[in-house]
Amino acid sequence: MRAISVDIAPRTDTVLRRIGRWLMSDWRAAAAVAYLGLLLLLSLSAPLIAPYSPTAQDINAMLEDPNAAHWLGTDDIGRDTLSRLIYGAPISLFASLLAVSVGLALGVPIGLCAGYLGGWVDAIISRVIETMMSFPGIVLAIGVTGALGIGLIHAMIAVGIVFAPEFARLTRAQTMLVRHELYVDAARSFGASPLRIMLRHILPNAFQPVLVQTTILLAIALLVEASLSFVGLGIQPPYPSWGSMLARAYANMDVAPAQMYPPGLAILLTALAFNALGEALRTAINRGSITEAGQT
Amino acid sequence: MGSFWGLRWVLNRILHLAPVALLATFFVFGMLYLVPGDPAVTLAGENATLQHIQEIRALYGLDRPVVIQYADWLNHVAHGNLSVSLLSGEPVAGEIAHRLPNTLLIVAGALGLSLLVGVPLSIAAALRPGSRFDHWSMAIASSGVSIPSFWLAMALVSVFALGFHWFPATGATSLSDGVGEALRHIALPAIALSANGIATIARQLRTAFAETLAAPYVRTLRAKGLSPAAILWKHCLKNVSVPLLTVIGLLANRLLGATIVIEIVFAIPGIGSMVVNAAINKDFPVVQGVVLVTVALVIAINLMVDGLCRLLDPRIARA
Repeated sequence: MRAISVDIAPRTDTVLRRIGRWLMSDWRAAAAVAYLGLLLLLSLSAPLIAPYSPTAQDINAMLEDPNAAHWLGTDDIGRDTLSRLIYGAPISLFASLLAVSVGLALGVPIGLCAGYLGGWVDAIISRVIETMMSFPGIVLAIGVTGALGIGLIHAMIAVGIVFAPEFARLTRAQTMLVRHELYVDAARSFGASPLRIMLRHILPNAFQPVLVQTTILLAIALLVEASLSFVGLGIQPPYPSWGSMLARAYANMDVAPAQMYPPGLAILLTALAFNALGEALRTAINRGSITEAGQT
Repeated sequence: MGSFWGLRWVLNRILHLAPVALLATFFVFGMLYLVPGDPAVTLAGENATLQHIQEIRALYGLDRPVVIQYADWLNHVAHGNLSVSLLSGEPVAGEIAHRLPNTLLIVAGALGLSLLVGVPLSIAAALRPGSRFDHWSMAIASSGVSIPSFWLAMALVSVFALGFHWFPATGATSLSDGVGEALRHIALPAIALSANGIATIARQLRTAFAETLAAPYVRTLRAKGLSPAAILWKHCLKNVSVPLLTVIGLLANRLLGATIVIEIVFAIPGIGSMVVNAAINKDFPVVQGVVLVTVALVIAINLMVDGLCRLLDPRIARA
């Protein structure tokens, strides 16, 4: 084993090493990755870090300003804002991931089929994509949530359905680019099944643009989750999400105006990190600094 | 002859849009089938009387084949009948017509504000590409798309309505009750909404302007001694008008969505607050009605944008 690794190491440039070099060269990407990594760590260790339970009420400490016992103050029923902010992180992150996963799971296969099969399958799917993109995303999400029933999971599945046409359109376009390439014809002439060609030979080409889109849609999912939870269609009490914290803060704005800044800034910074990472990835992919193509 | 071709184009577009519009109505109708279980029972809610369940079943004709239900529903929609609210029993179409002006006023205000700030910003940045101003304005614009607009709205209310009392914190008045008062009411919602719009317009147009300014014909104009202002206003703006219109179409779609949450923050009686309350209260005909009207608006706006682009740039018509 050892002999082999020694033999290979000098020749190949591992993906990890390329990513490392990319992060060293792009401070924006590095900052975004560092922030998101920290947030993930915080999410996983919320019970260890948070000073209070996120649902523990203290009627002797309602709507307090930041102080030594409650670093970020308390909400209208005496719950510690810092603890709710920390416990809200995994909920908001999970919600964003769920929405984007649903969008990927629905959109990518549909786009792959449309692009590869062409003909009337493509014609119908393209019309459906065009139609769905005519709906303002959040309106459609509210409609679907209204049908499925309110709650965080339903709301994020609804957002995923809204994302699906975006992924389908992107995958379709990438598939169209390569479906007549020589290596696809070669695979076909070897008798590879359409499914195998789509998965093994065509799908990898769509990976990079889909990755960029995934990162940017994570930011949008986070903002939409906050919006839906703010208006009461997303997470239900007593669980905290950054959006529902803003709803409580808004209701008590005349007494404790400072309560709206922690969750708002958390949403802003996280969306900013996802967006920055997405744009940095796009630049890096265009330059070819992560892909192997850039190395040769 | 020209008007004849114009007419042909309009007919062509409508023929192309017809399947999209029809599919959209089918989606809106089909949302009912996302309701888990028996829609009539679920929508009637807990502790519903059998009579109420029967009413909902009759309202949607749930005991008949789906195709007939859809055709029937579509027929009603085509006649402007969007069914009645399960809660109030009022016709949905009338309620939407009553509330829509409030929503459109905010969206129009936000769109106007986005253009008013975004276009000059994009020009200023494109005139000095690579400058410090270009770099920073675009960096700020990039973060503009990450701001939750409803949070910005809350901050604006906290400072300018509750703090300085410059603007009312909630509500809306119609334009017919006095333009000044109506504008004072939409000021904060429109500003909150426009942050995203300004960022989008500034970024998209900066690219468009920079490309135009680098074009060979601009070098020729400069060489023959035309002032930069004349080049910009007479020649470049014409070439940027198509991307500008496209961005406006895109923004109209986004703003119609974003205004929903803003209406909740400012307690504005528009269609956004209407659809949210309906979704929470399982008032499904209202949800369907609002979604349908919104998508119809977007399709109509896109049609207008396409038409204007074609008028402004004959190259699109020839293609």
